[in-house]
Amino acid sequence: MGDKTKTLTFKELKKQANDIRVSIIKMVEAAGSGHPGGSLGLADIFTALYFDVMNCDPKNPDWGERDILLLSNGHCVPVQYATMAHAGFFDTKELITLRKHKSRLQGHPERHALPGLENTSGPLGCGLSQACGMALAMRMNKQTNRYIYVVMGDGELDEGNVWEAAMLAPKYNLNNIIGIVDRNNIQIDGPTENIMPLGDLKQKWEAFGWNAVDIDGNNIEAVISAIDMAKAVKEKPTVLIARTTPGKGVSFMENDYHWHGVAPNADQAKVALDDLHELGAKIESEHE
Amino acid sequence: MSDLHLVDMGNELAKEPTRKGFGRGLLKAGQIDENVVAACADLTGSTCMDSFAKEFPERFVQVGVAEQNLVTVGSGLAAQGKTPFVSSYAAFSPGRNWEQIRTTICLNNQPVNVVGSHAGISVGPDGATHQMLEDIALMRVLPNMVVVVPCDGPEAERATLALAKDDRPSYLRLAREASPIITTDKTPFEIGKAYVFSEGTDLTIISTGTMTAQAMIASEQLYKQGVEVEVVHVPTIKPLDKETILKSVRKTKKVITIEEGQVAGGLAGAVAELLAENYPAPMKRLGVHDRFGESGTPAELLEDFGLTAHHIKLAVHEFISQK
Repeated sequence: MGDKTKTLTFKELKKQANDIRVSIIKMVEAAGSGHPGGSLGLADIFTALYFDVMNCDPKNPDWGERDILLLSNGHCVPVQYATMAHAGFFDTKELITLRKHKSRLQGHPERHALPGLENTSGPLGCGLSQACGMALAMRMNKQTNRYIYVVMGDGELDEGNVWEAAMLAPKYNLNNIIGIVDRNNIQIDGPTENIMPLGDLKQKWEAFGWNAVDIDGNNIEAVISAIDMAKAVKEKPTVLIARTTPGKGVSFMENDYHWHGVAPNADQAKVALDDLHELGAKIESEHE
Repeated sequence: MSDLHLVDMGNELAKEPTRKGFGRGLLKAGQIDENVVAACADLTGSTCMDSFAKEFPERFVQVGVAEQNLVTVGSGLAAQGKTPFVSSYAAFSPGRNWEQIRTTICLNNQPVNVVGSHAGISVGPDGATHQMLEDIALMRVLPNMVVVVPCDGPEAERATLALAKDDRPSYLRLAREASPIITTDKTPFEIGKAYVFSEGTDLTIISTGTMTAQAMIASEQLYKQGVEVEVVHVPTIKPLDKETILKSVRKTKKVITIEEGQVAGGLAGAVAELLAENYPAPMKRLGVHDRFGESGTPAELLEDFGLTAHHIKLAVHEFISQK
């Protein structure tokens, strides 16, 4: 059955997100490669999804009525693995096998490798199309209460495939799709606006027929509240343009595009973990 | 081969495009199984999905001119328990969207049936851009992928029904132009099986798609000239029926392959790989040799590219006269 008993306070959720960031640093350091920047930036959104928003059951990942999360920018999968492990899909001890030979935690997500993953991704631009197919199938199957969350990178929006899907979802009013664009303004080669200007994303998505909402993607309360409001919009699908800080929580990684796809060495990881432990203590001392 | 229930080659052969057989098969598959669904990229009539779309509008998805989206939507449909057939022209799907097919269908292992119509040079006047010749090569290198090229309308119908029951990703290659009907509703079809359509001892012709009819016509005429060729029809290029092919080549020791596409990586490539490892034999490859198509009538183009029964006969005579 679905886990409907998610009752963590916002303070507990913030603590959870910080623990997930600690895991991300440890696993990417152990792997010696991977993508820490976007993963750290997405930790609050993933915490909101797995620990509050989504109707899913870590002990029964194939449950037929579950909500679905598609990570379209598959390179950020460390945040998904870490969040799934903390949510109880598998033991957190397995996280350090990331990217290792024979590990279930492949460098980019593979559906068959790990229960709970809904798709295989990495090559960019495909998640929203897959969500459209799933939403259409759910409609044919008369399933009306299932939501599909699609996390996309902002650099990923350079892909034409995304906009093919962006046209399709409003055409069929696939209003159980909730897109989340990780607007962190970086991609591999540099700032998004230098590499390929995205401009006003809210306007762009609105022009394609979407309910587009700008939010602070590092504010768990804002993420949860925006998703609640998105569910109330029935006449079109919703996309959240979630502003996030890449490298969030680690002082030397924040907003530096060089950390998009580079793992910290042991010394850098130690500094990163010190930063995160300090943040964790700060969260502990906060009042509810 | 009486158990194959083939059309008597002595009669005038009726003609039909393989895409028409697909259209019938899709409609029947849809009537049998409500999980069979279809999507198209603005070519519903051309790819013969229209009767399915009319009977099952709620199970038909029109994605517009967007082939990347077409196959990736297919992946999503399959992920939620559907058996999708997604169609366009082969030049665009799988021509344009190979990576989406690789990642979201094959690696993701979703049972999406990619249907590429208007393959081969017999597309005719549209010219090289629309004459897909590389699709077999593109699809057969993908792990998990099944590649099916039916020889006529009735076989295309049976292949479609078989694919609808199969839980693997597949590519179904279809032709625009009407071609001779050589099989009947009783002719067997099983994914992964090759069939000896005509028995002989002098040489083996291994053919796929509409070229099998040309091979059969050639075989009939060669028989009258005292040459007995064996025609092995290979509707499934992947997985290849190694046993049937090797058995025939061990008997005849000479091979001609024929296909309406690039020989590089195509049926010829698959057969050459098989023989090189298991039973090296002299081989001649009929098909397209490293060139693009061009405008013309289908008949003019097939003549120009040497893909007629007449050309097969010439090749056989030349081959068997070599010592």
